[in-house]
Amino acid sequence: MSDDTSLNLFQQQEANRRRTVLLVIGFVAFFAWLGFGGDYIYYLSTRDAPSTAYHHGFPWFGIALTVIALLTAWYAYATGPEKVLWSTGARAVVDPTDPQEQQLVNVVEEMAIAAGVPRPRIWIVDDPDPNAFATGTDPLHAHIAVTRGLLQLCNREELQAVVGHELGHVKNLDVRLMTLLAALVGAVALMHDGATRMLRGGVNLGGGGGGGGGGGGSRGGGKKGGAGPLLAILLVVWILSWILAPIITQILALAVSRKREYLADAMSAQFTRNPLSLASALQKIEGAVAPTAAIKRGAAHLCITDPLGRRLTAREGLFADALATHPPMAKRIAILRGMGYAQLKKEGGGLA
Amino acid sequence: MGSIIFLAVLVVVVGWLIGAYNGLISLKNQTLNAFKQIDVQLKRRHDLIPNLVNAVKGAMEFERSTLEAVIQARNQAVKVNATGPEGIKQISQAENALSSALQRLMVVVEQYPQLKATGNIGQLQEELTSTENKVAFARQLYNDTATQYNTKQQQFPTSMVAGLAKAQPADLWELEDQAEKAVPQVDLSMKPKV
Repeated sequence: MSDDTSLNLFQQQEANRRRTVLLVIGFVAFFAWLGFGGDYIYYLSTRDAPSTAYHHGFPWFGIALTVIALLTAWYAYATGPEKVLWSTGARAVVDPTDPQEQQLVNVVEEMAIAAGVPRPRIWIVDDPDPNAFATGTDPLHAHIAVTRGLLQLCNREELQAVVGHELGHVKNLDVRLMTLLAALVGAVALMHDGATRMLRGGVNLGGGGGGGGGGGGSRGGGKKGGAGPLLAILLVVWILSWILAPIITQILALAVSRKREYLADAMSAQFTRNPLSLASALQKIEGAVAPTAAIKRGAAHLCITDPLGRRLTAREGLFADALATHPPMAKRIAILRGMGYAQLKKEGGGLA
Repeated sequence: MGSIIFLAVLVVVVGWLIGAYNGLISLKNQTLNAFKQIDVQLKRRHDLIPNLVNAVKGAMEFERSTLEAVIQARNQAVKVNATGPEGIKQISQAENALSSALQRLMVVVEQYPQLKATGNIGQLQEELTSTENKVAFARQLYNDTATQYNTKQQQFPTSMVAGLAKAQPADLWELEDQAEKAVPQVDLSMKPKV
């Protein structure tokens, strides 16, 4: 088991590094498209205007949006963990005050030793629903947060297993990709809201410009025949991009996270050598009906179990695989039980 | 043409040599580091025990022998001044004795619910559980890393580079012998362990 998971670990770390870079490139490229595409449309629509009117020659929008995207990506990477924790209202456990918190601190220290990573910072979310998540950029800058409900629901061994699962995410660098994604989803949503307001004025202007451009195309006839349809297509795609931006980022967030839950479960079993305790923890968490109120949509894919209680999570199949952040709980529990019984059988065989 | 093929093969072989060598060195250092982690946790445990014994001494007058066994085992363990993976046999023997003495103490504490209820015994118990777990997990990490290291240096073709990297099989941290492994006797007339 150990060899297998360590191989998976390196693959996963590599994949996460690569995907993080791709995510940043994709993010910046998307904004560059929005900017330079807008410039090009504006350029086409002002090209045939009379010489006294404004001609859009220099791609101001493109440069501005690309710079903004770069800054946003950098800012999201640098402050993502903080923002995620802030959005859930977590508070840091520095000096544990009650036995529950002391136990949490001890358990996290134990699991950090088992995983061979530095102790992450520990946070508690005051929410009665049991849940947990990890965030950070690498094992040196990692955070683990659990809800008050989890501390109350789980016994020591189950808590250990859940923390092991989260440290699995930390160790295989899932946290880097997931946190960046959460921060970018938030940034896109914010920018989209702002931009839609600006664009509403702009679309009127752009629509007028587009009409003018179309007129220019038909008037210029043989001279610039392609400009009219090209402009129209560009404009449609461009406006669609603006509308779809938040949806695309959401789908990205959903698509990346299903498989890695299984791996984190396996890593927890490797750290604790006790897969059955994670199975029973998951079962208890599953049994708690209420969704986690403190954890919003943006951070949902970071949690050990879907905080929104979406029904899609319980399903299997292509559609659910593509659109749910978490694999079905029943399947996770079944896999862990399988590991646990295999282990028991081996030990029993050794004794006999 | 022939020389180009020869050169290409040479580059591949040298690249593999460097990779295998560095892989072994990295595993060797990881093994050493994992061993240091055990040391850190053992030191913590040695420092914790006197406090623990002082705290329960008053409440556990009737279990004097259990406490004395713990103190004795602790002093034995501190006296061992072997260091590094070479002294692993010596260290592990003393530490395993201490582990089983502590385990007996924990079983005793479990047996007296009124003891758990008084003052900070519950807190101390948590502290002790955590310390024992930390030692166990540090050991687990060391054994896993050392096994990986040993497997790597014995497997073909990496085994050919093992001499170059001065790789020696690392000793694993053995479990205690059968007598110490035996579960401590629990008097079942008392409240059963939860």
